[in-house]
Amino acid sequence: MKLARTMLGIAVLAWPLAAVPATSGYPLQGAGTDVGNLASLQRGARNFVNYCLGCHSARYMRYSQVADDLALTEDELRENLMFTGTRVYDAMLTSMPADQARQWFGNTPPDLSLIARSRGVDYVYTYLKSFYADPARPTGANNAVLANTVMPHVLASLQGVQQPRYQTTTGQDGKPHEQLVGLEPGIAGEMSAEEFDGFVRDTVGFLEYVSEPAKAQRQSLGVWVILYLLMFVAFAYFLKKEYWKDVKS
Amino acid sequence: MFRALLYGSHRRPRELLWIFGVLIYLALMAEAFMGYLLPWGNMSYWGAQVIVSLFGAFPLIGDSLVEWIRGDYFISDITLNRFFALHVAALPLVLIFLVIAHILALHEVGSNNPDGIEIKKNKGPDGIPLDGIPFHPYYTVKDIYGLGVFLLLLAAVVFFAPEMGGLFLEAANFEPANPLLTPEHIAPVWYFTPYYAILRAVPAFAGTQVWGVLVMFAAILLLFFVPWLDRAPVSSIRYRGPLYKIALILFAASFIMLGYCGLMPAVQPFKALSVIGTAYYFAFFLLMPWYTRIDSHRPEPLRVRL
Repeated sequence: MKLARTMLGIAVLAWPLAAVPATSGYPLQGAGTDVGNLASLQRGARNFVNYCLGCHSARYMRYSQVADDLALTEDELRENLMFTGTRVYDAMLTSMPADQARQWFGNTPPDLSLIARSRGVDYVYTYLKSFYADPARPTGANNAVLANTVMPHVLASLQGVQQPRYQTTTGQDGKPHEQLVGLEPGIAGEMSAEEFDGFVRDTVGFLEYVSEPAKAQRQSLGVWVILYLLMFVAFAYFLKKEYWKDVKS
Repeated sequence: MFRALLYGSHRRPRELLWIFGVLIYLALMAEAFMGYLLPWGNMSYWGAQVIVSLFGAFPLIGDSLVEWIRGDYFISDITLNRFFALHVAALPLVLIFLVIAHILALHEVGSNNPDGIEIKKNKGPDGIPLDGIPFHPYYTVKDIYGLGVFLLLLAAVVFFAPEMGGLFLEAANFEPANPLLTPEHIAPVWYFTPYYAILRAVPAFAGTQVWGVLVMFAAILLLFFVPWLDRAPVSSIRYRGPLYKIALILFAASFIMLGYCGLMPAVQPFKALSVIGTAYYFAFFLLMPWYTRIDSHRPEPLRVRL
């Protein structure tokens, strides 16, 4: 029994940590989102329909579902969030035609229904914060997380325009390379850095909600399930002990 | 299965029981693999692509075999349909029959115990083994307790960590299946990675990759022969000598290491570790007749001890 327990201990200690998805190597910042924060989700929904929905869809989400989950009435929904659909049951689809998007950007803007789960909230958060001025790009902007992104810096009016900071390093081929090491504030935008962080956090929080609408519910329900099972296990343990009393002598 | 290796439950007279157990393990692997295609995410698609093409490594029949499994020239809706049918109907039926056979085989010989001794050798005047206890209520209440513990663990995963940091639900699987876009890093789900590492550990030889496939299948088939490879006079780890104890601990550690290597991209040091792990996996089983025979053993007791 002791040996078995030791082996179990070894197995638990040696449990591999989850495989980390490969990225450009630019350090990601913690998004700090909270899908239980209703006010944050409502602000995020407002940000999403105003700044994202122009090009990106969330085709697996319906307006009515957002209203239900975010405690909005139908009038509030129609006034504040519905710019593309006509019925509350419509999916959140962009009005930008896909073939024209392909002409303009070379690519259709990806659907954002599951982006928070396929890329992770930290990735989306850092991506949205990491645009910088790059005159070599057709949009005038580049991104530190996703190099040579075709997405323009749509939040420039809020964030301002950041300037890149480069460091010259010697590569494996012995030649000097310019490497992006950080971003510095350049032209100021309407928001302070803290305000902008909050803006992006709300938006990413909404995307996190869209990618798993029941997340807040499962977490709050989970506490009760675990508490119930703990009680059940305790009773089962004492019942077993009672029955086995005459064997363990 | 690890508990069987600890207490010698695979040994005479329970060889048939063990074989049915390994068959259940095989059927579960097929069940899990086919179920993994069903979400039709990008990792599902490419995982199925990689594993199905393994069969293409067989000489002569390879290509037709792969086509026969897929039912198409690539992983398509036809493959999805047949994997669905296999996953929800055919393989569960196979599993039910195997479980029935497993229980029938168990009833023939009775359960093992941590001492690894035969309780049927010590019967009372009424013909009932002195050390036996009835399944109900002793094991029914004990299993209710065990069920509770496992439900607790499962509920913790379901409610608080369904993705387990990308280990249970991979990030790439939140993108729909796309035959034109390969995920950056294709790895099977964690419970298959030890065997995936074995597959990758074997280099191509004489112009074909088939050796890795053969070695991987051999690694699983080897399990069927464990009852005859084990030559120790005692069953339980309690009375076995140090050689078996060390070999088994190393086996557990090396199996976990293989699982970790299988999750990682095929670069150093994981390639070297995979080769070492694979070599040890086979050494553990193939050298078993030798080290279990020369090992020192303590005498088994006559009656079960608690």
